[in-house]
Amino acid sequence: MKATTGKRPFALTRNRLLTIIALAAFAVLAIIANSFFDAFMLRVFNMCAIYIVLALSLNLLNGFTGLFSLGHAGFMAVGAYVCALLTMTPELKEMNYFLVPIVPWLRNITIPFLPAILIAGLASAFVGFLIGAPVLRLRDDYLAIATLGFGEIIRVLITNAQPITNGAQGLKGLPRYATTFSVGVAAGIVTLFMVLLMRSSYGRAMKAVRDDELAAEAMGINVFRVKVTSFTVSSFLAGVGGALLGHMITTIDPKMFTFMLTFNILLIVVLGGIGSISGSVISAIVVTILMEALRFLDEPMNLIFFKTEGLPGLRMVVFSILLMVMVIYRQRGLMGNKEFSWDMLQGLFVKKGRKEGDHV
Amino acid sequence: MSENTSDLMLSTAHLTMKFGGLTAVSDLNLEIRKNEIVGLIGPNGAGKTTAFNVITGMYYPTEGKVLFKGRNITGLKPHSITALGIARTFQNIRLFKEMSVLENVLVACHMSINTGIFGATLHLPGYRSRESEARRFSMELLEKVGLVHLAYEKGTSLPYGQQRRLEIVRALATKPKILLLDEPAAGMNPQESRELMDFIRKIRDEFDLTIFLIEHHMQVVMGVCEHMYVLDYGVTIAHGDPASIQKNPKVIEAYLGVD
Repeated sequence: MKATTGKRPFALTRNRLLTIIALAAFAVLAIIANSFFDAFMLRVFNMCAIYIVLALSLNLLNGFTGLFSLGHAGFMAVGAYVCALLTMTPELKEMNYFLVPIVPWLRNITIPFLPAILIAGLASAFVGFLIGAPVLRLRDDYLAIATLGFGEIIRVLITNAQPITNGAQGLKGLPRYATTFSVGVAAGIVTLFMVLLMRSSYGRAMKAVRDDELAAEAMGINVFRVKVTSFTVSSFLAGVGGALLGHMITTIDPKMFTFMLTFNILLIVVLGGIGSISGSVISAIVVTILMEALRFLDEPMNLIFFKTEGLPGLRMVVFSILLMVMVIYRQRGLMGNKEFSWDMLQGLFVKKGRKEGDHV
Repeated sequence: MSENTSDLMLSTAHLTMKFGGLTAVSDLNLEIRKNEIVGLIGPNGAGKTTAFNVITGMYYPTEGKVLFKGRNITGLKPHSITALGIARTFQNIRLFKEMSVLENVLVACHMSINTGIFGATLHLPGYRSRESEARRFSMELLEKVGLVHLAYEKGTSLPYGQQRRLEIVRALATKPKILLLDEPAAGMNPQESRELMDFIRKIRDEFDLTIFLIEHHMQVVMGVCEHMYVLDYGVTIAHGDPASIQKNPKVIEAYLGVD
């Protein structure tokens, strides 16, 4: 980094200082949140962090490698189930599997959260690799349809593999390992990982594949390998995100991982900007908070002229409208494919200031 | 012809490419020697670009073989062919649209950086040194072709002529032994075309290259090519030095038509 941007050390020190201050402020906020927020607000905070992980993993595919994939919920399900089965105690499993007993080789496994979540990610990555190898020969809409299908297949398999997954009953009483600290750290690591990846030669290769596959291939890039790698890494992150989600909600069942979940993440990615890390992060936070803040819309309301009966789903209408407005006025999302920088922020204010001056 | 087969860079033997009932290229036999500038000319739809696509592995030929330095490269993937030392440009410019000029060139260095995803992401020492080497090399290339002052501009924002140049630089960054240029002078006026041909000659000498180029207008390449092949409806109707091509009645017929 020093070698590439070392031309203006003075401006950089200011920007770095601002970055450090922002990170410190965020850390302080997290600590304050942890000790002063009530359970509900903490939960929203945790959801934000988990959605950051998930949005980034989908953005890696859709935004940076140009692969339109809709099977994300499936990989999250794999991660969530693997992690849950690895962390649950034998007694807990006994309680859950009352219809069909659990397979013996899974009954007595209980390992700590950190290795469990890594194994969950790896399992999900492995499934991603298996699916990616054949599916990534397709492009565009066909790829979207195929991944959507595989996502559903995973869900149906989980529903029917009762001795392993407890089928439609799901798993309840997962240990609440996804604390504010652990999800915050996970979101931080994943964000850092994405930033570093996109700054590297491999990230450039991914963007080249997105921009022009033929030209990328002619430049000596093994396009297929880059695609499979991207798909596998994205599945890994989705698996980690799913595991975190499971251990935060403490209950998982196959119905959680339908296409709607993929859609929610896609919404975040599109609103934030396809191909922007900071866009995904900002959008994940905004959308998650709005999802909760707008919850009152689903409940009965007393507007002066008429009363509503409580319209479940009205909340989603707001998001649909938001999405439409975005598509009409800002097709590339909040950040487009740019990244947040202090210079950009400064530019925003300077430009505004000048405009005001012009009016006078 | 048999005087020295060892300096044969690229050759094809009975190369034929059919799309259903259409024969785009039939029985093409090329022989391109080291440091030559060879032209492939012909009217629109003669199969020139198809020939390029077969040579660079984008299509698998219906019949025949492609040999690079005597090695059979038929059916290799495009990226492996690039790795062997055959680089190409495209007729319709295909720059990476979201990238700066420098990044466009750096993408072509990905192969030589030769890194796994983790080495690259974690910026391990081995990767770092190769990355900075690639940056130095790219800047040097841009310097040589006079694009260095535009290194941080978006590639697609450059004027047309410079985009063409950038595409050539990008191909050069893969460290090729032979460079295939698909209509490099398309859309240029005679003055620009002449400059481009000088440029091509210059890079040939500077990078010790062999150049194989497609051109639609015969006049443009007359001065620069030492050897030419003329295609019409996929068939090689003539080959030889520019002077003899110009006089060849078949070539004149193909270009001007005959009643």
